[in-house]
Amino acid sequence: MAETIIMPHSHLSPIAKLRRKGIEIFKARWAYLFISPFYILFLIFGVYPILFSLYLSFTEWKGLGPIKFVGLRNFELLLKDKVFWQSMTNGVFLFVLYVPLMTFMALVLAVILNSKRVRGFRFFRTLLFIPYIMNIVAAGFTFRLMLNQKYGLVNAMLGIFHIAPVPWLESVWGGRVSLCLLVIWAWLGYNMVIMLAGLQTIPSELTEAALIDGASSAQAFLYVTIPLMRPVILFSVVLSTMGSFNLFSEIYNLTNGGPMNATITPVIDIFNQAFGNFRLGYASAMAYLYFIILFALTLVQFRYFGQQAD
Amino acid sequence: MLTRRLSLWLTDALMYGLLIGVSIFMILPFIWMVSTSLKPADEIFAIPPIIISSHSSLKAYAYLQEQYNILGIVRNTFVIAFSATILRLFFCALGGYGFAKFRFPGQGALFAFLLGTLVIPSAVTLVPIYIIMRNLKWIDTFWPLIIPGAANAFGIFFMRQYTMSVSNELMDAARIDGAGEFTIFWRIILPIIAPGLTSLGLIFFMGSWNDFIGPLIYLKSPEHFTLPLIIRSLVGPVGRTVYDVQMAASVISLIPLLIIFLIFQRRFVEGITAGAIKG
Repeated sequence: MAETIIMPHSHLSPIAKLRRKGIEIFKARWAYLFISPFYILFLIFGVYPILFSLYLSFTEWKGLGPIKFVGLRNFELLLKDKVFWQSMTNGVFLFVLYVPLMTFMALVLAVILNSKRVRGFRFFRTLLFIPYIMNIVAAGFTFRLMLNQKYGLVNAMLGIFHIAPVPWLESVWGGRVSLCLLVIWAWLGYNMVIMLAGLQTIPSELTEAALIDGASSAQAFLYVTIPLMRPVILFSVVLSTMGSFNLFSEIYNLTNGGPMNATITPVIDIFNQAFGNFRLGYASAMAYLYFIILFALTLVQFRYFGQQAD
Repeated sequence: MLTRRLSLWLTDALMYGLLIGVSIFMILPFIWMVSTSLKPADEIFAIPPIIISSHSSLKAYAYLQEQYNILGIVRNTFVIAFSATILRLFFCALGGYGFAKFRFPGQGALFAFLLGTLVIPSAVTLVPIYIIMRNLKWIDTFWPLIIPGAANAFGIFFMRQYTMSVSNELMDAARIDGAGEFTIFWRIILPIIAPGLTSLGLIFFMGSWNDFIGPLIYLKSPEHFTLPLIIRSLVGPVGRTVYDVQMAASVISLIPLLIIFLIFQRRFVEGITAGAIKG
Protein backbone atom coordinates (compact mmCIF):
# COMPACT_ATOMS: atom_id res chain seq x y z
CA MET A 1 0.00 0.00 0.00
CA ALA A 2 2.49 2.54 1.19
CA GLU A 3 4.79 1.93 -1.78
CA THR A 4 2.13 2.85 -4.30
CA ILE A 5 1.26 6.10 -2.59
CA ILE A 6 4.64 7.43 -1.48
CA MET A 7 6.63 7.10 -4.65
CA PRO A 8 10.12 8.61 -4.30
CA HIS A 9 10.76 11.29 -6.90
CA SER A 10 13.96 9.59 -8.09
CA HIS A 11 11.98 6.68 -9.47
CA LEU A 12 10.12 8.92 -11.89
CA SER A 13 11.22 10.03 -15.32
CA PRO A 14 12.05 13.76 -15.69
CA ILE A 15 8.85 14.38 -17.65
CA ALA A 16 6.73 12.68 -15.01
CA LYS A 17 8.50 14.77 -12.36
CA LEU A 18 7.71 17.96 -14.20
CA ARG A 19 4.14 16.83 -14.69
CA ARG A 20 3.82 16.09 -11.02
CA LYS A 21 5.28 19.50 -10.13
CA GLY A 22 2.86 21.10 -12.56
CA ILE A 23 -0.08 19.38 -10.91
CA GLU A 24 1.12 20.46 -7.47
CA ILE A 25 1.43 24.04 -8.62
CA PHE A 26 -1.96 23.94 -10.34
CA LYS A 27 -3.60 22.50 -7.23
CA ALA A 28 -2.11 25.33 -5.18
CA ARG A 29 -3.10 28.09 -7.63
CA TRP A 30 -5.38 29.65 -5.00
CA ALA A 31 -2.59 29.83 -2.47
CA TYR A 32 -0.34 31.57 -5.00
CA LEU A 33 -3.12 34.00 -5.79
CA PHE A 34 -3.68 34.72 -2.09
CA ILE A 35 -0.05 35.47 -1.34
CA SER A 36 0.64 37.28 -4.64
CA PRO A 37 -0.29 40.88 -3.63
CA PHE A 38 2.75 41.13 -1.37
CA TYR A 39 5.17 39.94 -4.05
CA ILE A 40 3.65 42.11 -6.78
CA LEU A 41 3.81 45.22 -4.60
CA PHE A 42 7.32 44.32 -3.46
CA LEU A 43 8.44 43.99 -7.07
CA ILE A 44 7.26 47.53 -7.80
CA PHE A 45 8.03 49.28 -4.51
CA GLY A 46 10.91 47.10 -3.28
CA VAL A 47 12.93 45.30 -5.93
CA TYR A 48 12.74 48.03 -8.57
CA PRO A 49 13.65 50.85 -6.12
CA ILE A 50 16.54 48.82 -4.69
CA LEU A 51 18.00 48.28 -8.17
CA PHE A 52 17.27 51.82 -9.33
CA SER A 53 18.90 53.26 -6.25
CA LEU A 54 21.97 51.04 -6.82
CA TYR A 55 22.21 52.50 -10.33
CA LEU A 56 21.67 56.05 -9.03
CA SER A 57 24.50 55.62 -6.53
CA PHE A 58 26.96 55.65 -9.47
CA THR A 59 25.45 58.80 -10.96
CA GLU A 60 24.87 62.47 -10.40
CA TRP A 61 21.25 63.50 -10.75
CA LYS A 62 19.16 66.44 -9.59
CA GLY A 63 15.89 64.58 -10.20
CA LEU A 64 15.33 66.29 -13.55
CA GLY A 65 17.29 66.29 -16.81
CA PRO A 66 19.93 63.77 -17.87
CA ILE A 67 21.44 61.28 -15.42
CA LYS A 68 25.25 61.60 -15.43
CA PHE A 69 27.29 58.45 -14.79
CA VAL A 70 30.21 59.19 -12.45
CA GLY A 71 31.47 55.72 -11.49
CA LEU A 72 32.64 55.41 -7.89
CA ARG A 73 32.94 59.14 -7.28
CA ASN A 74 30.01 59.30 -4.85
CA PHE A 75 31.56 56.59 -2.71
CA GLU A 76 34.95 58.34 -2.76
CA LEU A 77 33.28 61.55 -1.58
CA LEU A 78 31.34 59.59 0.99
CA LEU A 79 34.48 58.15 2.60
CA LYS A 80 35.64 61.73 3.21
CA ASP A 81 32.19 63.02 4.24
CA LYS A 82 32.57 64.02 7.91
CA VAL A 83 28.83 64.55 8.42
CA PHE A 84 28.00 61.04 7.21
CA TRP A 85 30.50 59.39 9.55
CA GLN A 86 29.37 61.65 12.36
CA SER A 87 25.80 60.47 11.71
CA MET A 88 26.96 56.86 12.08
CA THR A 89 28.84 57.62 15.32
CA ASN A 90 25.81 59.55 16.58
CA GLY A 91 23.76 56.40 16.05
CA VAL A 92 26.24 54.59 18.29
CA PHE A 93 26.17 57.38 20.91
CA LEU A 94 22.38 57.34 21.03
CA PHE A 95 22.37 53.56 21.23
CA VAL A 96 24.78 53.57 24.21
CA LEU A 97 22.92 56.42 25.92
CA TYR A 98 19.41 55.03 25.85
CA VAL A 99 19.18 51.34 24.91
CA PRO A 100 20.72 49.82 28.09
CA LEU A 101 18.93 52.31 30.37
CA MET A 102 15.57 51.87 28.68
CA THR A 103 15.82 48.08 28.54
CA PHE A 104 16.79 47.87 32.21
CA MET A 105 14.03 50.24 33.30
CA ALA A 106 11.45 48.41 31.19
CA LEU A 107 12.45 45.12 32.82
CA VAL A 108 12.43 46.51 36.37
CA LEU A 109 9.05 48.19 35.90
CA ALA A 110 7.62 45.02 34.38
CA VAL A 111 8.89 42.93 37.32
CA ILE A 112 7.38 45.40 39.80
CA LEU A 113 4.01 45.37 38.03
CA ASN A 114 4.12 41.58 37.73
CA SER A 115 5.01 41.04 41.41
CA LYS A 116 1.39 41.43 42.60
CA ARG A 117 2.75 43.46 45.52
CA VAL A 118 1.60 46.75 44.04
CA ARG A 119 -1.99 47.77 43.54
CA GLY A 120 -3.27 49.43 40.39
CA PHE A 121 -1.59 47.09 37.90
CA ARG A 122 -3.89 48.12 35.05
CA PHE A 123 -3.75 51.79 35.94
CA PHE A 124 0.05 51.97 35.86
CA ARG A 125 0.35 49.78 32.78
CA THR A 126 -2.04 52.03 30.87
CA LEU A 127 -0.37 55.20 32.09
CA LEU A 128 3.16 54.08 31.16
CA PHE A 129 2.00 52.86 27.75
CA ILE A 130 0.08 55.97 26.63
CA PRO A 131 3.11 57.94 25.33
CA TYR A 132 3.57 55.20 22.72
CA ILE A 133 0.35 56.22 20.95
CA MET A 134 1.18 59.94 20.76
CA ASN A 135 2.53 61.08 17.40
CA ILE A 136 6.15 62.01 17.62
CA VAL A 137 5.72 65.43 16.03
CA ALA A 138 3.41 66.52 18.86
CA ALA A 139 5.72 64.92 21.42
CA GLY A 140 8.81 66.55 19.89
CA PHE A 141 7.34 70.03 20.03
CA THR A 142 6.00 69.53 23.56
CA PHE A 143 9.49 68.50 24.66
CA ARG A 144 10.96 71.50 22.85
CA LEU A 145 8.64 73.75 24.79
CA MET A 146 9.40 72.11 28.12
CA LEU A 147 13.17 72.03 27.54
CA ASN A 148 13.46 75.65 26.43
CA GLN A 149 16.56 77.03 28.15
CA LYS A 150 15.14 80.38 29.34
CA TYR A 151 11.43 79.75 29.74
CA GLY A 152 10.97 75.98 29.81
CA LEU A 153 9.19 74.08 32.55
CA VAL A 154 12.12 71.73 33.19
CA ASN A 155 14.65 74.45 33.92
CA ALA A 156 12.08 76.31 36.02
CA MET A 157 11.62 73.15 38.11
CA LEU A 158 15.39 72.69 38.41
CA GLY A 159 15.57 76.34 39.46
CA ILE A 160 13.63 75.50 42.61
CA PHE A 161 16.65 73.41 43.65
CA HIS A 162 18.98 76.26 42.62
CA ILE A 163 20.28 74.38 39.61
CA ALA A 164 21.47 76.74 36.86
CA PRO A 165 19.49 76.58 33.59
CA VAL A 166 20.63 73.61 31.49
CA PRO A 167 21.17 74.30 27.76
CA TRP A 168 19.10 71.22 26.78
CA LEU A 169 18.72 71.92 23.10
CA GLU A 170 21.59 74.35 22.69
CA SER A 171 24.57 72.12 23.53
CA VAL A 172 26.05 68.97 22.00
CA TRP A 173 25.43 66.61 24.91
CA GLY A 174 22.30 68.46 25.99
CA GLY A 175 20.85 67.76 22.55
CA ARG A 176 21.77 64.09 22.72
CA VAL A 177 20.36 63.69 26.24
CA SER A 178 17.15 65.51 25.29
CA LEU A 179 16.73 63.21 22.32
CA CYS A 180 17.23 60.17 24.54
CA LEU A 181 14.68 61.53 27.01
CA LEU A 182 12.15 61.81 24.18
CA VAL A 183 12.91 58.33 22.84
CA ILE A 184 12.74 56.75 26.31
CA TRP A 185 9.51 58.62 27.00
CA ALA A 186 7.97 57.34 23.77
CA TRP A 187 9.26 53.73 23.87
CA LEU A 188 9.64 52.73 27.53
CA GLY A 189 6.00 51.68 27.86
CA TYR A 190 6.16 49.63 24.67
CA ASN A 191 9.22 47.72 25.87
CA MET A 192 7.70 47.30 29.31
CA VAL A 193 4.54 45.77 27.86
CA ILE A 194 6.65 43.29 25.88
CA MET A 195 8.65 42.36 28.99
CA LEU A 196 5.44 42.03 30.98
CA ALA A 197 4.04 39.57 28.44
CA GLY A 198 7.33 37.66 28.63
CA LEU A 199 7.20 37.56 32.43
CA GLN A 200 3.68 36.20 32.35
CA THR A 201 4.92 33.15 30.45
CA ILE A 202 7.31 32.31 33.32
CA PRO A 203 5.56 30.10 35.87
CA SER A 204 5.49 31.94 39.20
CA GLU A 205 6.38 28.66 41.00
CA LEU A 206 9.96 29.04 39.77
CA THR A 207 10.66 32.33 41.53
CA GLU A 208 8.59 31.25 44.54
CA ALA A 209 10.67 28.09 44.87
CA ALA A 210 13.85 30.18 44.79
CA LEU A 211 12.45 32.46 47.50
CA ILE A 212 11.48 29.48 49.69
CA ASP A 213 14.99 28.08 49.26
CA GLY A 214 16.27 31.25 50.89
CA ALA A 215 17.15 33.41 47.90
CA SER A 216 16.57 37.15 48.31
CA SER A 217 14.20 38.78 45.82
CA ALA A 218 17.22 40.45 44.15
CA GLN A 219 18.86 37.02 43.73
CA ALA A 220 15.66 35.52 42.37
CA PHE A 221 15.49 38.39 39.86
CA LEU A 222 19.13 38.00 38.76
CA TYR A 223 19.39 34.21 38.65
CA VAL A 224 15.87 33.06 37.78
CA THR A 225 13.98 35.84 36.02
CA ILE A 226 16.70 37.35 33.83
CA PRO A 227 17.99 34.06 32.33
CA LEU A 228 14.43 32.98 31.50
CA MET A 229 13.68 36.36 29.98
CA ARG A 230 16.78 36.40 27.78
CA PRO A 231 14.98 35.85 24.42
CA VAL A 232 12.49 38.62 25.15
CA ILE A 233 15.22 41.01 26.35
CA LEU A 234 17.26 40.33 23.22
CA PHE A 235 14.23 40.88 21.01
CA SER A 236 13.72 44.32 22.52
CA VAL A 237 17.46 45.12 22.29
CA VAL A 238 17.61 44.15 18.61
CA LEU A 239 14.57 46.32 17.85
CA SER A 240 15.97 49.27 19.80
CA THR A 241 19.34 49.00 18.03
CA MET A 242 17.76 49.20 14.60
CA GLY A 243 15.58 51.98 16.02
CA SER A 244 18.50 54.12 17.16
CA PHE A 245 20.01 54.24 13.66
CA ASN A 246 16.62 54.70 11.99
CA LEU A 247 15.48 57.62 14.17
CA PHE A 248 13.96 60.26 11.94
CA SER A 249 10.80 61.99 13.16
CA GLU A 250 12.10 62.26 16.73
CA ILE A 251 15.18 64.16 15.56
CA TYR A 252 13.56 66.11 12.76
CA ASN A 253 11.09 67.62 15.20
CA LEU A 254 13.14 67.98 18.38
CA THR A 255 16.66 69.01 17.37
CA ASN A 256 16.68 68.77 13.56
CA GLY A 257 20.12 67.16 13.73
CA GLY A 258 21.68 70.01 15.68
CA PRO A 259 23.32 71.58 17.49
CA MET A 260 26.41 71.26 15.28
CA ASN A 261 25.22 67.92 13.83
CA ALA A 262 25.40 66.39 17.32
CA THR A 263 22.15 64.53 16.81
CA ILE A 264 22.16 63.94 13.07
CA THR A 265 21.59 60.29 12.14
CA PRO A 266 22.01 58.55 8.76
CA VAL A 267 18.34 58.73 7.80
CA ILE A 268 18.20 62.49 8.51
CA ASP A 269 21.40 63.00 6.51
CA ILE A 270 20.07 60.96 3.56
CA PHE A 271 16.75 62.81 3.67
CA ASN A 272 18.47 66.21 3.65
CA GLN A 273 20.74 65.31 0.74
CA ALA A 274 17.84 63.91 -1.28
CA PHE A 275 15.00 66.30 -0.57
CA GLY A 276 16.94 69.37 0.60
CA ASN A 277 19.93 69.47 -1.78
CA PHE A 278 18.42 67.24 -4.52
CA ARG A 279 21.67 65.25 -4.75
CA LEU A 280 19.79 62.06 -5.56
CA GLY A 281 22.85 60.09 -6.70
CA TYR A 282 24.84 60.97 -3.61
CA ALA A 283 21.87 60.26 -1.32
CA SER A 284 21.50 56.83 -2.95
CA ALA A 285 25.17 56.04 -2.39
CA MET A 286 24.76 57.05 1.26
CA ALA A 287 21.65 54.90 1.61
CA TYR A 288 23.50 51.91 0.16
CA LEU A 289 26.53 52.20 2.40
CA TYR A 290 24.22 52.69 5.37
CA PHE A 291 22.18 49.64 4.33
CA ILE A 292 25.30 47.46 4.10
CA ILE A 293 26.59 48.56 7.51
CA LEU A 294 23.20 48.14 9.16
CA PHE A 295 22.69 44.78 7.49
CA ALA A 296 26.02 43.50 8.81
CA LEU A 297 25.07 44.75 12.27
CA THR A 298 21.67 43.06 12.16
CA LEU A 299 23.24 39.83 10.92
CA VAL A 300 25.67 39.82 13.86
CA GLN A 301 22.81 40.44 16.27
CA PHE A 302 20.59 37.77 14.76
CA ARG A 303 23.46 35.29 14.95
CA TYR A 304 23.94 36.16 18.59
CA PHE A 305 20.18 36.13 19.11
CA GLY A 306 19.90 32.71 17.46
CA GLN A 307 22.73 31.17 19.49
CA GLN A 308 21.32 32.48 22.77
CA ALA A 309 17.88 31.13 22.00
CA ASP A 310 19.17 27.56 21.59
CA MET B 1 10.77 40.02 62.76
CA LEU B 2 10.89 43.79 62.91
CA THR B 3 13.72 44.02 60.38
CA ARG B 4 11.84 41.74 58.01
CA ARG B 5 8.76 43.90 58.22
CA LEU B 6 10.90 47.00 57.78
CA SER B 7 12.61 45.61 54.69
CA LEU B 8 9.26 44.64 53.18
CA TRP B 9 7.99 48.13 53.88
CA LEU B 10 11.10 49.60 52.28
CA THR B 11 10.70 47.42 49.19
CA ASP B 12 7.11 48.58 48.81
CA ALA B 13 8.07 52.21 49.25
CA LEU B 14 10.83 51.84 46.66
CA MET B 15 8.49 50.13 44.17
CA TYR B 16 5.75 52.72 44.54
CA GLY B 17 8.30 55.53 44.47
CA LEU B 18 9.74 54.31 41.19
CA LEU B 19 6.31 53.71 39.63
CA ILE B 20 5.00 57.11 40.66
CA GLY B 21 8.20 58.87 39.56
CA VAL B 22 8.11 57.28 36.10
CA SER B 23 4.37 57.96 35.86
CA ILE B 24 4.93 61.66 36.49
CA PHE B 25 7.63 61.72 33.77
CA MET B 26 5.17 60.06 31.40
CA ILE B 27 2.19 62.26 32.18
CA LEU B 28 3.89 65.66 32.50
CA PRO B 29 4.21 66.35 28.74
CA PHE B 30 0.48 65.65 28.30
CA ILE B 31 -0.41 68.07 31.10
CA TRP B 32 1.89 70.70 29.66
CA MET B 33 0.51 70.20 26.16
CA VAL B 34 -3.12 70.65 27.26
CA SER B 35 -2.22 73.51 29.58
CA THR B 36 -0.31 75.41 26.89
CA SER B 37 -3.10 74.96 24.36
CA LEU B 38 -5.50 76.74 26.70
CA LYS B 39 -3.23 79.59 27.80
CA PRO B 40 -3.12 83.10 26.41
CA ALA B 41 0.11 83.71 24.45
CA ASP B 42 1.74 85.93 27.07
CA GLU B 43 1.44 83.27 29.78
CA ILE B 44 3.11 80.46 27.80
CA PHE B 45 6.59 81.54 28.82
CA ALA B 46 5.64 83.06 32.19
CA ILE B 47 8.06 82.58 35.07
CA PRO B 48 7.21 80.88 37.35
CA PRO B 49 5.30 78.59 34.96
CA ILE B 50 1.51 78.69 35.13
CA ILE B 51 -0.19 75.30 34.89
CA ILE B 52 -3.84 76.29 35.01
CA SER B 53 -4.30 79.78 33.72
CA SER B 54 -7.15 81.91 35.03
CA HIS B 55 -7.49 83.24 31.48
CA SER B 56 -7.98 79.78 29.91
CA SER B 57 -9.86 79.73 26.63
CA LEU B 58 -10.39 77.65 23.52
CA LYS B 59 -9.16 80.50 21.33
CA ALA B 60 -6.29 78.47 19.90
CA TYR B 61 -8.71 75.75 18.79
CA ALA B 62 -11.05 78.25 17.15
CA TYR B 63 -8.07 79.83 15.39
CA LEU B 64 -7.03 76.40 14.06
CA GLN B 65 -10.47 75.91 12.54
CA GLU B 66 -10.65 79.41 11.05
CA GLN B 67 -7.15 79.52 9.59
CA TYR B 68 -6.37 75.91 8.81
CA ASN B 69 -9.75 74.13 8.65
CA ILE B 70 -8.52 71.63 11.23
CA LEU B 71 -11.63 69.46 10.86
CA GLY B 72 -10.73 68.99 7.21
CA ILE B 73 -7.21 67.97 8.31
CA VAL B 74 -8.69 65.47 10.77
CA ARG B 75 -10.79 64.08 7.92
CA ASN B 76 -7.72 63.72 5.65
CA THR B 77 -5.82 61.90 8.37
CA PHE B 78 -8.77 59.62 9.00
CA VAL B 79 -9.41 58.86 5.31
CA ILE B 80 -5.75 57.90 4.77
CA ALA B 81 -5.43 55.85 7.97
CA PHE B 82 -8.76 54.09 7.47
CA SER B 83 -8.29 53.11 3.82
CA ALA B 84 -4.65 52.09 4.37
CA THR B 85 -5.71 49.93 7.33
CA ILE B 86 -8.58 48.17 5.54
CA LEU B 87 -6.49 47.44 2.44
CA ARG B 88 -3.56 46.14 4.51
CA LEU B 89 -5.80 43.96 6.65
CA PHE B 90 -7.37 42.42 3.58
CA PHE B 91 -4.05 41.53 1.93
CA CYS B 92 -2.46 40.39 5.20
CA ALA B 93 -5.41 38.15 6.08
CA LEU B 94 -5.37 36.69 2.57
CA GLY B 95 -1.58 36.18 2.54
CA GLY B 96 -1.53 34.81 6.06
CA TYR B 97 -4.27 32.33 5.13
CA GLY B 98 -2.36 31.29 2.00
CA PHE B 99 0.75 30.51 4.02
CA ALA B 100 -1.05 28.92 6.98
CA LYS B 101 -3.52 26.58 5.28
CA PHE B 102 -1.96 25.55 1.97
CA ARG B 103 1.08 23.47 1.03
CA PHE B 104 2.71 24.42 -2.25
CA PRO B 105 6.08 24.22 -4.02
CA GLY B 106 8.45 27.02 -3.01
CA GLN B 107 6.52 27.83 0.16
CA GLY B 108 9.51 27.81 2.50
CA ALA B 109 11.63 29.98 0.21
CA LEU B 110 8.80 32.44 -0.42
CA PHE B 111 8.15 32.78 3.31
CA ALA B 112 11.84 33.24 4.13
CA PHE B 113 12.02 35.91 1.42
CA LEU B 114 9.01 37.66 2.92
CA LEU B 115 10.66 37.81 6.36
CA GLY B 116 13.95 38.85 4.77
CA THR B 117 12.37 41.99 3.33
CA LEU B 118 11.83 43.22 6.89
CA VAL B 119 15.53 44.12 7.28
CA ILE B 120 15.57 46.52 4.31
CA PRO B 121 15.70 50.04 5.73
CA SER B 122 13.20 52.41 4.15
CA ALA B 123 16.00 54.92 3.51
CA VAL B 124 17.19 52.82 0.55
CA THR B 125 13.87 52.96 -1.29
CA LEU B 126 12.97 56.54 -0.35
CA VAL B 127 14.29 58.29 -3.47
CA PRO B 128 13.21 55.75 -6.13
CA ILE B 129 9.68 55.46 -4.71
CA TYR B 130 9.46 59.26 -4.84
CA ILE B 131 10.44 59.13 -8.53
CA ILE B 132 7.82 56.42 -9.19
CA MET B 133 5.15 58.53 -7.50
CA ARG B 134 6.20 61.56 -9.52
CA ASN B 135 5.92 59.61 -12.77
CA LEU B 136 2.48 58.36 -11.73
CA LYS B 137 1.52 62.00 -10.96
CA TRP B 138 0.62 60.91 -7.44
CA ILE B 139 2.49 63.72 -5.67
CA ASP B 140 0.14 65.70 -3.42
CA THR B 141 -2.41 62.87 -3.44
CA PHE B 142 -3.16 60.27 -0.76
CA TRP B 143 -2.15 57.30 -2.96
CA PRO B 144 1.57 57.17 -2.00
CA LEU B 145 0.49 56.87 1.64
CA ILE B 146 -1.89 53.98 0.94
CA ILE B 147 -0.65 51.81 -1.94
CA PRO B 148 3.05 50.91 -1.36
CA GLY B 149 2.42 49.54 2.14
CA ALA B 150 -0.79 47.72 1.19
CA ALA B 151 0.66 44.23 1.74
CA ASN B 152 2.83 44.23 4.81
CA ALA B 153 5.38 41.49 5.60
CA PHE B 154 4.97 41.76 9.36
CA GLY B 155 1.19 41.65 8.99
CA ILE B 156 1.28 38.51 6.82
CA PHE B 157 3.59 36.85 9.34
CA PHE B 158 1.28 37.88 12.18
CA MET B 159 -1.86 36.60 10.42
CA ARG B 160 -0.16 33.36 9.43
CA GLN B 161 0.59 32.61 13.10
CA TYR B 162 -2.98 33.47 13.99
CA THR B 163 -4.63 31.50 11.17
CA MET B 164 -2.56 28.36 11.84
CA SER B 165 -4.51 27.83 15.08
CA VAL B 166 -7.83 27.67 13.17
CA SER B 167 -9.02 24.07 12.77
CA ASN B 168 -9.28 22.61 9.25
CA GLU B 169 -12.65 20.91 9.80
CA LEU B 170 -14.85 23.86 8.86
CA MET B 171 -12.81 24.51 5.71
CA ASP B 172 -12.95 20.86 4.65
CA ALA B 173 -16.71 20.70 5.28
CA ALA B 174 -17.26 23.80 3.15
CA ARG B 175 -15.07 22.33 0.38
CA ILE B 176 -17.17 19.16 0.35
CA ASP B 177 -20.24 21.36 0.06
CA GLY B 178 -18.67 22.82 -3.07
CA ALA B 179 -17.75 26.28 -1.77
CA GLY B 180 -15.12 28.18 -3.78
CA GLU B 181 -11.74 28.95 -2.24
CA PHE B 182 -12.39 32.67 -1.94
CA THR B 183 -15.82 32.05 -0.40
CA ILE B 184 -14.19 29.81 2.20
CA PHE B 185 -11.76 32.60 3.05
CA TRP B 186 -14.41 35.31 3.12
CA ARG B 187 -17.25 33.45 4.86
CA ILE B 188 -15.45 31.00 7.13
CA ILE B 189 -11.90 32.09 7.85
CA LEU B 190 -12.39 35.85 8.12
CA PRO B 191 -14.98 35.73 10.95
CA ILE B 192 -12.77 33.37 12.96
CA ILE B 193 -9.62 35.46 12.63
CA ALA B 194 -11.46 38.73 13.36
CA PRO B 195 -9.84 39.20 16.82
CA GLY B 196 -6.37 38.90 15.30
CA LEU B 197 -7.34 41.35 12.58
CA THR B 198 -8.55 43.81 15.21
CA SER B 199 -5.18 43.70 16.98
CA LEU B 200 -3.28 44.13 13.73
CA GLY B 201 -5.69 46.80 12.49
CA LEU B 202 -5.12 48.90 15.61
CA ILE B 203 -1.36 48.80 15.01
CA PHE B 204 -1.78 49.71 11.33
CA PHE B 205 -4.25 52.49 12.07
CA MET B 206 -2.00 54.03 14.70
CA GLY B 207 1.05 53.81 12.43
CA SER B 208 -0.74 55.52 9.57
CA TRP B 209 -2.41 58.17 11.76
CA ASN B 210 0.94 59.12 13.29
CA ASP B 211 3.02 58.76 10.11
CA PHE B 212 5.19 61.81 9.52
CA ILE B 213 7.83 61.11 6.87
CA GLY B 214 5.30 59.94 4.23
CA PRO B 215 3.08 63.03 4.37
CA LEU B 216 6.20 65.22 4.66
CA ILE B 217 7.51 63.92 1.34
CA TYR B 218 4.28 63.57 -0.62
CA LEU B 219 1.73 66.14 0.55
CA LYS B 220 2.31 69.66 -0.77
CA SER B 221 -0.84 71.77 -0.49
CA PRO B 222 -1.99 72.67 3.06
CA GLU B 223 -5.56 71.48 2.42
CA HIS B 224 -4.21 67.93 1.90
CA PHE B 225 -2.09 67.90 5.08
CA THR B 226 -2.45 65.35 7.87
CA LEU B 227 -2.35 66.15 11.59
CA PRO B 228 1.36 65.44 12.23
CA LEU B 229 2.26 67.53 9.18
CA ILE B 230 0.10 70.48 10.22
CA ILE B 231 1.70 70.47 13.69
CA ARG B 232 5.10 70.66 12.01
CA SER B 233 4.01 73.41 9.61
CA LEU B 234 2.88 75.66 12.48
CA VAL B 235 6.53 76.52 13.18
CA GLY B 236 7.10 80.18 12.43
CA PRO B 237 10.37 82.11 12.18
CA VAL B 238 12.83 81.64 15.06
CA GLY B 239 11.28 82.54 18.38
CA ARG B 240 7.85 83.15 16.90
CA THR B 241 6.33 79.68 16.99
CA VAL B 242 2.63 79.84 17.76
CA TYR B 243 2.94 77.41 20.64
CA ASP B 244 -0.65 77.56 21.90
CA VAL B 245 -1.98 76.75 18.41
CA GLN B 246 0.63 74.04 17.89
CA MET B 247 -0.24 72.40 21.20
CA ALA B 248 -3.97 72.63 20.39
CA ALA B 249 -3.33 70.73 17.15
CA SER B 250 -1.31 68.18 19.14
CA VAL B 251 -4.22 67.66 21.55
CA ILE B 252 -6.57 67.19 18.59
CA SER B 253 -4.21 64.61 17.03
CA LEU B 254 -4.06 62.63 20.25
CA ILE B 255 -7.72 62.47 21.33
CA PRO B 256 -9.11 60.05 18.68
CA LEU B 257 -6.24 57.59 19.22
CA LEU B 258 -6.58 57.86 22.98
CA ILE B 259 -10.28 56.97 22.82
CA ILE B 260 -9.63 54.03 20.47
CA PHE B 261 -6.77 52.84 22.68
CA LEU B 262 -8.76 53.00 25.91
CA ILE B 263 -11.62 51.00 24.33
CA PHE B 264 -9.44 48.34 22.65
CA GLN B 265 -6.52 48.29 25.07
CA ARG B 266 -6.47 44.53 25.50
CA ARG B 267 -6.46 43.78 21.76
CA PHE B 268 -3.87 46.46 21.17
CA VAL B 269 -1.48 45.02 23.74
CA GLU B 270 -2.06 41.52 22.35
CA GLY B 271 -1.07 42.69 18.88
CA ILE B 272 2.12 44.31 20.12
CA THR B 273 3.27 41.42 22.27
CA ALA B 274 2.36 38.59 19.89
CA GLY B 275 5.37 39.18 17.64
CA ALA B 276 7.81 39.36 20.53
CA ILE B 277 6.71 36.35 22.53
CA LYS B 278 5.77 33.83 19.86
CA GLY B 279 8.21 34.93 17.17
